[in-house]
Amino acid sequence: MSAPEKTLYDEVQELRSRYPVSRSATLPALRLAQERHGWLSPEAFREVAEALEETPAYCMAVASFYDMYHLAPIGTHLVEVCTNVSCALVGAQQVLEAFESELGINAGETSEDGEVTLRTIECAGGCGWGTVVALNHRYRERVTAADVPAIVEEFRSGG
Amino acid sequence: MAAEQFVVLAGAEEQALTKLADYREAGGFAALETARAMEPAAVVQEILDSGLRGRGGAFFPTGRKASFLAKGTGKPTYLVVNADEPEPGTFKDREIMFRVPFRLIEGCLITAHAIESDRVFIYIRGEYLHEFEVLRDALAEVHKAKLLGGVTIVLHRGAGAYICGEETALLESLEGKRGQPRTKPPFPAVAGLYASPSLINNVETIATVPKIVELGGKEYAKTGVPPDSSGTRVFSLSGNVVNGGNYELPMGVTLRELIYEPELGGGIPNGRQLKAVIPGGSSVPVLTADQLDTPLEANAMAEAGSMLGSGAIIVIDDRCCMVQLGLRVAQFYMHESCGKCTPCREGTRWMVQILNSIEEGTASQGDLDLLLDVCDRILGKCLCPLGDAAAMPVASYIDKFRSEFQEHLDSGCPMGGSSSLEGILAPVDQHSHAPVAEVPA
Repeated sequence: MSAPEKTLYDEVQELRSRYPVSRSATLPALRLAQERHGWLSPEAFREVAEALEETPAYCMAVASFYDMYHLAPIGTHLVEVCTNVSCALVGAQQVLEAFESELGINAGETSEDGEVTLRTIECAGGCGWGTVVALNHRYRERVTAADVPAIVEEFRSGG
Repeated sequence: MAAEQFVVLAGAEEQALTKLADYREAGGFAALETARAMEPAAVVQEILDSGLRGRGGAFFPTGRKASFLAKGTGKPTYLVVNADEPEPGTFKDREIMFRVPFRLIEGCLITAHAIESDRVFIYIRGEYLHEFEVLRDALAEVHKAKLLGGVTIVLHRGAGAYICGEETALLESLEGKRGQPRTKPPFPAVAGLYASPSLINNVETIATVPKIVELGGKEYAKTGVPPDSSGTRVFSLSGNVVNGGNYELPMGVTLRELIYEPELGGGIPNGRQLKAVIPGGSSVPVLTADQLDTPLEANAMAEAGSMLGSGAIIVIDDRCCMVQLGLRVAQFYMHESCGKCTPCREGTRWMVQILNSIEEGTASQGDLDLLLDVCDRILGKCLCPLGDAAAMPVASYIDKFRSEFQEHLDSGCPMGGSSSLEGILAPVDQHSHAPVAEVPA
């Protein structure tokens, strides 16, 4: 992958210009910083705070409220299994256990090679088509435990 | 026999209408032209006449909400579309966005005209990446076709927080802050986004507006169960049912029809028996098998002791332990409590703790009453509806399935490890309130 042409600073300025009050760009700016750094590292907070003309502490206070910001490093691939009621009723626990055994890690952990992070999430909004698994933020629906080995093989082989 | 009736999802029965040309061929943007030839107040009047009520869950009359907007403040008026859809069981707004994105945009433009606003924000939940991309591309096409008429529509992505579906928390989040609800008053109609008059409506509500303009409010109000439940709703059906999915039906169809008709839910799979139904998202009181003939409309649901909420019907078969269900629901609301007010922040933790001990068999007889007492101390005592959303369903599980709770106290979980929810995990690894990253120097 080639380096992005625009700097984070420039991209954040473009975001700020979309809003009547530039602080509104905080959430999208944090997302951009996370995409560039992989997680919201101290360095990422420093950069995004400078671009937003906020303090790093302000940015951390906001980021720590939301589930989608990573305050610790995560794997190259992110596997998220919805375990809320609708998915739970149709076997989310079995799907989660299948991922745990296939990947050799528990929910909330990252594999030793840093390749994959597995975590459970609250309702993803695919309730009628459960179990919902978000693979790098792309939804897979009606996932059963039997589907799990193929899904893991797919992203392990770079699919 | 109940049959689907397409208003919001019209034209997209076969395939998604994600190209402007296709949407126009299906009659799209004709209503916008009609509306723009009308006085703004006349458009609001049509919405009032239609009886349309908010489809996000609160069911507040949409036309009245619009008419509350403060005038002559010297500040701009904003339209904010709530596309956060966080209520467990609900996935209708998502389908509306990926199937008929242009109808949502057309609804935005009509509503903006009605309230004389030129600034629209669509707050879409962060997890909805595909839907964001579909909407973004649709907006680009609308912009290119010069249909915006001077209105700016900004797509704003959330970042994962249930509470941001509450309108004032959504505004805080949109302003770049932690998504904690505001005290009301002032109401958003007076001081909303950037302390300016703001109208906040759900995706499905806004996507209904083009049809109201097309038919006229009075004509629209003839469908469903007027005057309080006129029109259609996109019901989200999930859980232990053969055909999970979204079904757009006139209000007044019964739960039994939705769950059992072959063209709709198709019944309960694997020959199981229905045990309970959650009729409006996980925050509403549960109904039992003997209440299946309740029509899906506001007044009948209220009489049955529940609510239509976000229109999400979760079907639960006889393998489910109600204590585990209560625990899972309580864990969710505990996880999502924003922490601002005490009854919710502390109460949801108490609920989880007590439910845990009941499930584990370590609770005493008094704990059941203690749990109900905690629910009572949350209900109606919080800044926003999240506390109620935790207390109402759990209190209803005890009310309707008291003997099952009692069995837990007497001799442990009667399911003996075979419940469909056995071992289910709530997220344990999110919301790091003590961030591991150090504050940079």
